[in-house]
Amino acid sequence: MSKVLVIAEHADGKLNAGVSKTVAAAQKIGGEIHVAVFAADGAAVAAQAAQIAGVSQVLKADHAAFANPLASALDKPVVELAAGYTHVLLPGTTFGKDLAPRVAARLGVAQVSDVMAVHGPSKFDRPIYAGNAITTVEAPAGQIVATVRLASFTAAATGGSATITAVSPAASLPAHTRYLKLEAQKSARPDLQSATRVVSGGRALGSADAFKLIYDFADKIGAGVGASRAAVDSGYCPNDMQVGQTGKIIAPELYFAIGISGAIQHLAGIKDARTIVAINKDAEAPIFEVADIGLVGDLFQLVPELQSKL
Amino acid sequence: MKVLVSVKRVIDYNVRIQVKPDGSGVVTDGVKMSMNPFDEIAMEEAVRLKEKGKVTEIIAVTLGGAKNEETLRTALAFGADRAVHVKEEGEIQPLTAARALAAVVKKEGAQLLLTGKQAIDDDANQTGQMTAALLDVAQATFASKIEIEGSKATVTREVDAGLETLEVDLPAVITTDLRLNEPRYLKLPDIMKAKKKPIETVSLADLGVSPAAGLKTVTTTPPPKRSKGVMVKTVDELVAALKAKGLVS
Ligand SMILES: Cc1cc2nc3c(=O)[nH]c(=O)nc-3n(C[C@H](O)[C@H](O)[C@H](O)COP(=O)(O)OP(=O)(O)OC[C@H]3O[C@@H](n4cnc5c(N)ncnc54)[C@H](O)[C@@H]3O)c2cc1C
Ligand SMILES: Nc1ncnc2c1ncn2[C@@H]1O[C@H](COP(=O)(O)O)[C@@H](O)[C@H]1O
Repeated sequence: MSKVLVIAEHADGKLNAGVSKTVAAAQKIGGEIHVAVFAADGAAVAAQAAQIAGVSQVLKADHAAFANPLASALDKPVVELAAGYTHVLLPGTTFGKDLAPRVAARLGVAQVSDVMAVHGPSKFDRPIYAGNAITTVEAPAGQIVATVRLASFTAAATGGSATITAVSPAASLPAHTRYLKLEAQKSARPDLQSATRVVSGGRALGSADAFKLIYDFADKIGAGVGASRAAVDSGYCPNDMQVGQTGKIIAPELYFAIGISGAIQHLAGIKDARTIVAINKDAEAPIFEVADIGLVGDLFQLVPELQSKL
Repeated sequence: MKVLVSVKRVIDYNVRIQVKPDGSGVVTDGVKMSMNPFDEIAMEEAVRLKEKGKVTEIIAVTLGGAKNEETLRTALAFGADRAVHVKEEGEIQPLTAARALAAVVKKEGAQLLLTGKQAIDDDANQTGQMTAALLDVAQATFASKIEIEGSKATVTREVDAGLETLEVDLPAVITTDLRLNEPRYLKLPDIMKAKKKPIETVSLADLGVSPAAGLKTVTTTPPPKRSKGVMVKTVDELVAALKAKGLVS
């Protein structure tokens, strides 16, 4: 029988929304599911993790070395706690992607990145080539370390009441690494990765000032805001807004691509969007090949008009 | 200080990927191959560090078959001083690549390994982190800024929440993100000069590396197709279409 250890991501005492999606993937594997919380003081996060349906135990590892999410401080403790588990799962976020390969390397096992479907305890689907192909892979015998493609799973329900157990794996801050700071974009808008509606702007916006058009429209419909790589590279908006193969992979109910051409790398991030709306002045833009609703024209006229009519 | 840069040969990012109908993989015959874009960024960064006098020698390393020599020549044209070709035909998965890179880092006494954050073929995003763990050295992934002062590197990382800054002691592994730099266009004289630069060929066995048990690919399929959408002519039609889908009220 499988026994799955999910590594919790959290910040400021709040469990990351990706954790219950990771648990959902663990449920597909089956067996017992535990969540490990590494923190300076993980009480609040552990309590939240204990409420995820299907989780039977939360391992709370408190240590000063876990105050910041440092992969090189976490990998050995994860390996220590992983003894006795068949699977170690991490969310497919920058946190999980930073840490999981270190755990796999220390365990001497291959890692399965971006699990999008579970066919059995060691058989998974994962995307390659920016999602332009899907491979079904079989992990070799031994422990399995995997990251979960969050857009592929619906969050596990709440209402669980797992027991919380304090554990104390050997821990220390690595001498070679110092955590200096996090410059986070504070925003009252819905989080890009969990928003049900997302409005993204591309290079066509032309300036950071003009990008306000995207924020205004998003605020009108209560949407999160995303961007193409070109918009981020050009400095119209911050890096954490990039959607795509190498940015965030999202699955909103409704996605607006505004002034975005639809390069395969961008499309890789929105394949799971339920409805894609594209506004672009070029009728030949590839974005229209995937859009559910397309409108050809100048975004600077169409978006304010749309905003006034919604 | 020596810097090692890993460069992978992948299908060019502009190619439209075709999945073979028998599920055995994607079509590679006659398809344009290039250096993984993130590795170009790593090469560019190494060259800039050398131009700033922070680095004395740049060694490019690749793992793969005979054709990977092209990728090494590109790296040499960027400005690598020499190259190491770990020659192995067939697929090389991240853990094996990491073991080999760790062995080359040790053999060369490199203080810095720059890798791409992910190869755009397998999209694994594993090799740099695995190498750092195997070497027990510092890691800074998804770098958008690297500053080297003495035996320390200050690295800005693109994380989901924004920008994180770490200070790491060298030796270290740093993986590159898109906004670290914009790789230069290669000039003909540099491409010509690259032809004369030395490439050392070794095998995994020479490095004392045994391949790790890898993932077995059962089948490869195209992604599900999205159903054909509609084109609307006016904003009013767009609003009506959204209402019809129950997406706005
Ligand atoms: C390794 C690698 C990874 C990458 N990862 C990503 C990624 O994660 N995410 C990502 O987005 N990209 C990524 N890219 C970049 C990608 O290839 C494209 O370059 C990028 O997505 C283009 O952004 P864009 O659509 O905003 O710009 P463009 O391609 O320049 O498109 C702008 C569009 O705006 C339209 N337009 C212009 N003016 C107007 C107007 N007034 N009204 C309406 N429409 C207008 C144009 O017709 C055009 O279609 C990656 C590239 C590489 C090489
Ligand atoms: N076969 C290889 N040859 C050279 N470098 C590689 C190879 N495989 C992986 N790498 C390096 O590791 C990075 C991440 O690859 P991956 O973990 O496969 O996504 C790449 O950008 C390369 O720098």
